[in-house]
Amino acid sequence: MSTGPQFDSVDMMLNMGPQHPATHGVFRMVLTVDGERVVDVTPHIGYLHRGTERLAEVESYGQVITLFDRVDYISNLNNELAFVRAGEKIMEVDAPERAQYIRVILAELNRVASHLLFIGTYAIDLGAMTPVMYCFRERERIENLFEHVTGARMMHNYMRIGGVKSDVPDDFVPWVHRLIGDVRKGVEETDKLLSTNEVFLGRTRGVGIIDGPMAVSCGLSGPSLRGSGIAYDVRKDDPYEIYPYLNYKVPVGENGDCWDRYYLRVLECYESLSMIEQCLNQLPDGPIMAAGRRIARPPAGEVFSHSENPRGDLGVYLISDGSDKPYRVKIRPPSFCNLIGLRPMTIGSYIADAVAILGSLDIVLGEVDR
Amino acid sequence: MISGLKGMLVTLRWLGKRNITANYPKEHLPVQERFMGFPGLLWDETADEPFCTGCMVCVRECPTQCMTAIMHDNPNAVEGKSHRRKIIETFEINLNRCILCGICVDVCNFDAIAMSHEHELASFARTGARADLGLLLDLGRKFQAEVVWAPKSADRNVASVVLTKRAAAEAAKVAAADAAPQADAATLEASAKEEPSEERGS
Repeated sequence: MSTGPQFDSVDMMLNMGPQHPATHGVFRMVLTVDGERVVDVTPHIGYLHRGTERLAEVESYGQVITLFDRVDYISNLNNELAFVRAGEKIMEVDAPERAQYIRVILAELNRVASHLLFIGTYAIDLGAMTPVMYCFRERERIENLFEHVTGARMMHNYMRIGGVKSDVPDDFVPWVHRLIGDVRKGVEETDKLLSTNEVFLGRTRGVGIIDGPMAVSCGLSGPSLRGSGIAYDVRKDDPYEIYPYLNYKVPVGENGDCWDRYYLRVLECYESLSMIEQCLNQLPDGPIMAAGRRIARPPAGEVFSHSENPRGDLGVYLISDGSDKPYRVKIRPPSFCNLIGLRPMTIGSYIADAVAILGSLDIVLGEVDR
Repeated sequence: MISGLKGMLVTLRWLGKRNITANYPKEHLPVQERFMGFPGLLWDETADEPFCTGCMVCVRECPTQCMTAIMHDNPNAVEGKSHRRKIIETFEINLNRCILCGICVDVCNFDAIAMSHEHELASFARTGARADLGLLLDLGRKFQAEVVWAPKSADRNVASVVLTKRAAAEAAKVAAADAAPQADAATLEASAKEEPSEERGS
């Protein structure tokens, strides 16, 4: 074919991370590249390992909630919800309805905040500097509400096994109504700014494609799975809390590329906002904490419960030996499992797209390493 | 191209608007009322002493073991100014370890500790993160002045309320004893036996 002299070509190893701005934490990929094409990718994890599961074995049930705040530090309330639901299952208590509504409102708000952070940082990964400002502005409003309700902006320690710590302030409902209006406007603005931009489309359309069966066999969940056209959502398929009483759609992508995974999250923001609106209209009065002993001392046994995190299906496997401390807490982190999809997505693409693909998985390294 | 212009339009709409960010070291945004800053120890004005008795329940429940506390006999209780027989002598919080979770406030039975609004305690000293009793009481006093703070169970913890209640109970007992002087010896004996246990209960 070519008339010039023939060279022996050899694959090159390219190290990316652990200190790379696009990895959103400390994550290292070793790419094997043939020219501009990625032939193989090996992820190296463990830089942010904090021993959460071990720590949970030496702390009481009330203290473990503070650890779950820190597992996935972008969607703290969703994590708390996952743990307190496991705790409620093993203690065989049910949270009062008002507490469940409050928890769902806050968890859905946190989902919006988490997706906004994703949209902003994903745009930055791909070279768009403006959307992150809009996203952080809206996220800031949500964090302000969290501070007003729970007393902290990120590490809330607000949910309890059997309810929530304290009732919401009196101006909660009008505040959230106002907030939803503002955030919806902000999401629409960001949507206009980014979603149909040619440069953005060029970087994400048809990049990092993973088909449905492959996504399932890799164990993906959440938006990364739904982007490939599989409508699996724990809120629909294994309903918990008050989700059966809410009316919402589960957005599904078509092609399983980066743009689908991105745009799903934008759509999910709108869905979550409408869910919060429904919750506010249905919010009942009543107690916020189930009657029971103050110190959780569940009977010996083991339970598994899972819930829909912004990143996917977060599972908590809890074993109790009858003492006031869990015997074992196993976390099934969605980020870690989604990371398995990185290899099939990246192989065959350009080096420059590796960042786009990693970003579209929306991993949080705190959760990957625990 | 068209979408690029559409995006430009979105940004242009914000061009002349007011800043929504604050120039941090020069401007401080206010915190919300429930904001949880570093914990502070509260001050009982009525007895002029801290609420804290050094019962160690917060020390045991702290997820990061950031606290130490030592109690001693309360001199004010001997004088009859306070109902607290024991009172805090030293209390230290390692602010580097504190994760601001608020568990200590939840478990406290004496309304003695609260999450203050203070969150900027950076210092140049190596020991700057060790908050001793004096600093913690300052944080608490500042917090009490800032917000309208009320104890959760004033009838058990505020010295003047408890002492008045006790005095009233004592007076009622005396009055009851005066009203029934002809009571027979057996009942008198029984009530005499009950008295010390009541004392302990209160």
